Amino acid sequence: MFVSLRDLRHARGRFALVGTVVLLIAFLVTFLGTLTAGLARESTSAITDLPADYLAFSMPAPGDAPGFTASSIDEAQVKQWSSVPGVESAQPVGVTTTRATSPTTTAAVTAFGVLPGSALVPGADDSGVIPSGGVVLSAPAADALAVGEGDPVTLGGERLTVTRIVDADDSFAHTPAVWVGLDDWRRLGGRSAPGTATVIALSVHGLSAEAIADEDATIGTTTLPTSEARSAVSSFTAENMSLSIMLAFLIGISALVVGAFFTVWTISRSGDLAVLRALGASTAYLLRDSLGQAVVVLVAGIGVGSALSALAATALAGVVPVVVDAATVLVPALALLAVGLLGAVAAVVRVGRVDAHAALAAGR
Amino acid sequence: MDLHIDDVTLVYPDGESTLTAVDAVSLEVPAGTATALLGPSGSGKSSLLAVAGGLTRPTSGVVRIGGDVVFTPTTTPREATRARRDRIGLVFQQPQLIASLTALEQLELRAHVRGRRPSSARDHARALLDAVGLAGLEHRRPAQLSGGQRQRVAVARALVGRPDVLLVDEPTSALDHERGTQVIALITSLAAQEGAATLIVSHDASTLASVDTQAVLRDGRLATADALR
Repeated sequence: MFVSLRDLRHARGRFALVGTVVLLIAFLVTFLGTLTAGLARESTSAITDLPADYLAFSMPAPGDAPGFTASSIDEAQVKQWSSVPGVESAQPVGVTTTRATSPTTTAAVTAFGVLPGSALVPGADDSGVIPSGGVVLSAPAADALAVGEGDPVTLGGERLTVTRIVDADDSFAHTPAVWVGLDDWRRLGGRSAPGTATVIALSVHGLSAEAIADEDATIGTTTLPTSEARSAVSSFTAENMSLSIMLAFLIGISALVVGAFFTVWTISRSGDLAVLRALGASTAYLLRDSLGQAVVVLVAGIGVGSALSALAATALAGVVPVVVDAATVLVPALALLAVGLLGAVAAVVRVGRVDAHAALAAGR
Repeated sequence: MDLHIDDVTLVYPDGESTLTAVDAVSLEVPAGTATALLGPSGSGKSSLLAVAGGLTRPTSGVVRIGGDVVFTPTTTPREATRARRDRIGLVFQQPQLIASLTALEQLELRAHVRGRRPSSARDHARALLDAVGLAGLEHRRPAQLSGGQRQRVAVARALVGRPDVLLVDEPTSALDHERGTQVIALITSLAAQEGAATLIVSHDASTLASVDTQAVLRDGRLATADALR
């Protein structure tokens, strides 16, 4: 990199320009990555954080995927799952997004109906039984409704009392989660049939995927691992796909921008490369020199852009749903670096074809 | 070490036929001496120089440095590059300096290309820049030097690392007669000092008073080769 580092200093304006473009793309990609993860969490965290291995949905219509909106299981299915060897726990869970009203304000929340004393409520312990007429609020729900323990809340027309506020940020379909007893949930969810719920939360031990599929066929359910059940949240898949496509496009654009810059740059320095070749530089030397330059520009641009983006996302965390962690910052940064290098490799591969003879004739 | 060009022929494809640029030329340049290669335009001077520098493979014949055969019709580009890197210094028609490097760095670059630390060549590089009259200008980039100064840097660059052979292609084409004569004299004296076998292609015999031998090419053939000293 003897020549390329000096080129960077000598043509600092040109490299600053492309470095800034890479920086801005990295900023955008990283911020979009943190936002995608944040929106996904806001859409599905109440499901993915459930302390259960699987969720069993009612069998969807042919051609449809299982979904929380359409799923309805009955008491018989819960009992059948409870009796399957290897199933340690099978609990009915009701899920309904509804309007909540406090004495001062109104907010959309998602009510989870659980059995009394269920461990599915965050922070549940032996004293955590939700009494009839009571509701447990997540911290965001309490903030949104501006209520504290003992305050009244109306959920879907049912008047309830806040018995506890748990330190959890669980949410579903961009609404904060609240937990009520299953009987109360049936009333506010408009499901009068006793024993009905939305899904069954299963905790299993030593039960294979094949065995679960066999039981599904017998019981008339469709079971998904809890980590995959977020696809059953109606808005999640389309939202996540849209953002992921934007991310992919940005990363692709980055590769093209870097590739285009280094193509033009390599052509403009082809005279220097011919001289280097005439002086005895090998193809490996020329490639190291050219790619080293690309690595410096990419690492600097992506490093600064991603760091600034992570700082901005952290600062905006209270306002915008973002998740700032290694997966949302480092993975997009490494993906950008990888595709940027691919673009640079495609651009500088022509240095292998540089003809030293050209240096004899060139007039410079 | 001496440079031997043994029965070299170079044939180019020319449309549907071929063009013989160099026709069975044999030439010997002893170490520490300079031979000028003269001839009219199109006589094959630069083609012969390209073969001697491994920039073009000969159609037949070989190039030897000392007892080593370095270029043949079957020499690979990798072998030719290695031979150029380790044993040959080149001075081009134009200085061909790299815009981002200072005069000193142009010379240190050769050490880096050879896989050595650039600073390992610093003392020799400074001595050569001093010898070509550029003491004090080591840290200037090409744009900050005159045409003659740039060509002097190119001469010093070719000699850094003490190559066995120095090949020079029309070094005075962009200079006036006085400066051209000075540059040729500089090349021959430095080459003698460094012990390099030097082959200089030129179209201007009036600048070549300092060379040891003059050879004339006509239509690709060696017409005459006369020792001047």
